[in-house]
Order: sequence, then structure tokens, then C-alpha cells
Amino acid sequence: MTQQKPKIAFFDFASCEGCQLTVIDSLQTNLELLNAVEIVNFREAMSEKGQDYQIAFIEGSCSRKSDEARLQAIREQADIVVALGACAHLGGVNAVRNRQPLEDVRTYVYGNKADWYETYPARPISQVITVDATIPGCPIDRDEFIASVKMLLQGRIPKLPETPLCVECKLLENQCVYTMGKVCLGPIVRAGCKAICPSFGDGCEGCRGLVSEPNMESLKQVMAEHGMADQDISHKLDLFLTYQMMNLENEEPK
Amino acid sequence: MTGTTLTPDIAIDVHHITRVEGHGNIVVDVEKGELKRCELQIVEAPRFFEAMLRGRPYGQASHLTSRICGICAVGHATTSLRATETALGVELSEQTILLRKLNFYGEILDSHILHVYMLVAPDFLGVGSVIPLATSAPDVVLRALRMKKLSGDICAVIAGRHTHPIAMTVGGFTHFPTMEKLEQLRERLEAVRADVDETVALFQTLQIPDFERETEHIALHKPDEYAFIDGVIKSTDSGEWPLDRYLEVTNEYMVPHSTAKRARNQREAYAVGAMARVNVNYDLLHPKAKEAAVALGLKPVCHNPYMISVAQVVEIVHAIEDSIVLTDALLKRGVEWEEPAPPARLSGEGVGSCEVPRGILFHHYKIEDGLIVGANGVIPTTQNLQNAEEDMRALVPTILDRSQEEITLALEMLVRAYDPCISCSTHLLDVRFE
Repeated sequence: MTQQKPKIAFFDFASCEGCQLTVIDSLQTNLELLNAVEIVNFREAMSEKGQDYQIAFIEGSCSRKSDEARLQAIREQADIVVALGACAHLGGVNAVRNRQPLEDVRTYVYGNKADWYETYPARPISQVITVDATIPGCPIDRDEFIASVKMLLQGRIPKLPETPLCVECKLLENQCVYTMGKVCLGPIVRAGCKAICPSFGDGCEGCRGLVSEPNMESLKQVMAEHGMADQDISHKLDLFLTYQMMNLENEEPK
Repeated sequence: MTGTTLTPDIAIDVHHITRVEGHGNIVVDVEKGELKRCELQIVEAPRFFEAMLRGRPYGQASHLTSRICGICAVGHATTSLRATETALGVELSEQTILLRKLNFYGEILDSHILHVYMLVAPDFLGVGSVIPLATSAPDVVLRALRMKKLSGDICAVIAGRHTHPIAMTVGGFTHFPTMEKLEQLRERLEAVRADVDETVALFQTLQIPDFERETEHIALHKPDEYAFIDGVIKSTDSGEWPLDRYLEVTNEYMVPHSTAKRARNQREAYAVGAMARVNVNYDLLHPKAKEAAVALGLKPVCHNPYMISVAQVVEIVHAIEDSIVLTDALLKRGVEWEEPAPPARLSGEGVGSCEVPRGILFHHYKIEDGLIVGANGVIPTTQNLQNAEEDMRALVPTILDRSQEEITLALEMLVRAYDPCISCSTHLLDVRFE
């Protein structure tokens, strides 16, 4: 019995393309996956371009009005749209600038030529189109990507872990970075990355997004107890989580 | 008669060039044999990193700026750290310098291998991507993946991962590799030499297009080593500049068809990258890398941009050999847990510079009371854009006798040779410190 391989495509918007590179890296040890799918569109890696695909992986934030049509066209074609990485999922670091007045940001970078370049506040792609599944992180985790693709090929939608990172970190028997005088967002951030940052001596920066019911006040209290001033706490929360934090605070982009 | 005429009209519009990092277009208009328009358009969405850095604590800068680019994440992080460390008077330990260099080679190797095997080689082998090669030339693909995996693993052992490094921090590291991990790397580096030889042999068989346009090449230079981190700015035309005078070299300006800025120094354009490094620092290459350069017919000063990929192969040889030297040095002296070196002050201004895979990169920060108040970045692709466009302008009239498809391919291969990193290039600014 021959069955047609599912056609998959990769697209990118405002991003560093590091998640697509991680996809390439993940294939280093999972080459057999290429037998199970047909990649029809992956501009960063191949010249062949097909517009007939069932699963679309999208990296990057939407950061200008003119990109909305490209997103909608992908949505119309694909049966399943997957947000690939923190920029697509959360707005990622692109949303850091949303706290600053847009005109000021534009003229700071492009001076009196700012009008040449279109932009608007950076946002997750889910603010523009319906997203069926998410592979979080900055960058995505290779193993989670492979596992998610396998689930999608079986017709299932991968679910994100609901536990906070602390659970995963404790199971790895890592020394808590708070005891090393460092600050970590582990208590409020979604697990699934094998706690790679604390494992390498750095506090979690929140790239996988908040758990469903983050106890923000308690975390802020813990951070304050560890000597962080209010401004330091907001810097920590306003890296990958800016878009989510502004939503929680009901603050509109400037 | 179709196809070629003596005075052809040609309209080329390559929307979103493939097998490059980021979004660019090639637009060429030839009317009656005369070149009317020749543009390398950069249409990536602007990302405004310099604005994002304003008001941030200096300790976050390297993690934020590594997100400029997934391919040069270690390069941006290292350059960012050097800018901060220069601004705040941080003196690095010998161990930190050794670990950073080895980590840096991991990225140079990863990026060069990706470029020469997966982005460039398909053009020469007549396919649209590396994927058909997996069945037609599995040895080549498996070799590339093996070499690429080792490169990424170097970064993983030292900094947690290549995209985006975790353990690199101002003044040092937050995690240290065990001797066991370094010994494993040493064994794999030794074993990969056979793959490196095969890579040189493969590139000896490829027909590199014959095209030259004399230009200025600019790279970091150190008297005693082939420079990747720190040094002075050196030109193949003439002149050396200390890092804090980088603006006299880059002279950025803007054009409407590109969200990336452009740069020029002593001519209408200049080139940076592997070729510029080889041209400026040939004598400092590892002897084995020089042997490879001779075998591949690369002689400084080389002005053929299609040879950039060959220069990358030469640097792959150099990076593997020097990584073995560095690993030996680390194994001999041992790696100790070290607290990061502290800043001497919390206010200051500094420029950091590294030779990232695509060329010389500058980060420039002004810090007050531990917060960044002004930031500027000048990225290799920005510096190469005008030079690539000048090359296109010089190339097109010489190949008008070819079919439109062949001209398009020649132009795409030219742009690809520069290994443009468009995500990197679209966020630059006028230096304006508040």
C-alpha cells in the first residue's frame, strides 16, 4: 500500500531563524524523518517552492501590517498551523520594544528615514491567524520538535506541559540558582526544555511562556526577598514575556 | 530568434532569494543591452534591537543580542560581551579567553559547513537543495551532518548550545566543561580531519565561476594570531584603525530599497567575511589551512567573490586545527570553576568587535550606572551589501549572452556566495547617544 507523504512547509517572519536552524540540527540525528514527510517549502535551506502543503511551521512574530496577508494565505492553505518558537508563540524578544513609543523606536534606529520602513507593535502569530499547535522556546528544543512532528503525523495535536520549570529542574537534581544568588523565572514558566538554562548556571528567562495560572505575586515576593529591586524584576519579566506581561497588565502597546 | 540577442531586454525579479538567511530580492532590468536597474533589496521586517537595549541592565545584553541571529548567536554574544567588558573595565582570565575562542570556532565551523555544503554546494551539483543529495550523494550529506554536529557539540559542551548560548556572561562563564567532555571533543576533532580533507577534495572538483572585481577588503587583525575576537581593523587598500574608531570605516548610509543599511570606506563599497580575513591575514593561517588554500587555488589578494566559499573551506581547516591546539591547552592546564571577573566600574563606553562567520561585527554600548543608555551595532551583511550590488552591476554586462535563467542563477549564486545574513542586518541605527 502506498500512501502519500504529508507535505510540510516552513515559513519565517520577524525572527533570527534560529528555530529553523534548530530544525536542521534536529535532523542530524533523525534523518529517517525525511522519509516520512515531504518538505515542499523551506526557503532558508532549499530552492524548491511548493504551495501545496498540509502542515505549516511558522517562525517569527508578525511585526508589520503587510505580513498579515502572507500569514492568512498560509492559514488558508494549511490544515495545521504550528507556531515555531518564542517569536511566533509569544512575540518573543521582538515585543520588548512594545513598551516604548513606536515612533521613538523607529526614529532611534532609522533616524529621519524611519518612514521608509513599515512596522507596528510585534505580536504572536495567534493574534493574526488561528494556531493549532505550538512548539515553544528560544530556540525550540530539538527533541520536543521531533516528538511534536511525530504526534502531528499520527494525527494528534501536541499538548504543552502544564507544570512549571521548577518541577523539571528539581527532577534533574540541579542546584537551585536562587541559592547561587541568581534570579530565575522557573516557578511561573512552562517546563519542557530540560531546564537547560539552570543546568548551565543561569536563571530561566521565560522563553517558553507562562504556565496557565502563574502565581506572579508570589514570584515577585521571592525575587524581592532575594534583593531584586522592582526595576530589576520588570527587566527580568520583560525579556521573552513582554507581550504576555502587557496583556496581564492590560497595557496597550505604545 | 529567442533567448539571446545582441541587445537583449532582461527583467529579473527574484523574490525572496532561497538558501540565504533572511528575506532578500534581486531586481535587474536591462533595456536594449543597457543595465538600467540592479538592486539587492532587503525586505526583512525591521527588528529594532538597539532600541530594545536601551534601559536594560548590562548583564542582559549578550542574551538579548544573540537573538539578532540564530546562525551567529555566539558571535553576537561574544561581541556584545567584549563591548560591555571594554566599557566597564573587565579583565578576563586566560581560561575564559581559551574557552571563548574554542566556543567561537564551534560557531565558525557550524556556519561555514552549513553554508558550503547545504546552501552553496547544491548550485554546483545541479540540485535545488541538499535534500535530493541525501539520496544521490549520501556520503556527502552524512559527512556534512557529521561535521556540523561536532561543531554544534563544541558550543553545547562550553555554553549549553550554539543557538542561543547560555553559559557566556560578562567576565566569564556560568558553567564549565568537564575534562571528560573536552577529551571526547579532542578525539572527535582528531577524527574529523578525514572529513575536512574530503571537503577540500570536493571543492577542488567544483568549477568556481571566473569573475573578478577589485575592491577593498576589511578584517580584524592581530600581530600574532589569525584574529576572530578583538584586534585592530585592517584594510587591504591601506590603513589600520583601533576599534573605537570603527565609525570612520563603516560610514553607514541608507537606501530606500533595503531595510538594511549600507557601508563604504575608501571606495564605493568594501567586502568583509572569510575572503577578507584570508586576504588580510593569510600569513597567520594554520600551515594546514595554507596548504588547503594552495590546493584550492586561493591566493591573496583574491577578488573573485565566488571564491568566498573556498575561503570558508580554508577557514574550516584552520578552525579544526586551532580547536585541537586550544583543546590541548585546556586539557593541559585544566578547567577550574571561576567566578566571572568583576567590572571595575558601572559606567563607561566601549566597542567590541569579532570576526563572526560573515565578517567583522561591531557592538558599541554606552552604560550608565549599570544600565545601557546607548547602543549601536554594525553587522557584516550591512557592510557587504553594497559590495555585492557592485559585483552584480559589474557581472551582468559580461553575461548578457546567456539565457535569463542562467543570468538569474549566476546572480543568485553570487549573492549566496556572500552568505548574507539578513536577519542580522535589518536593525541598524544612527549612533545617537542620549
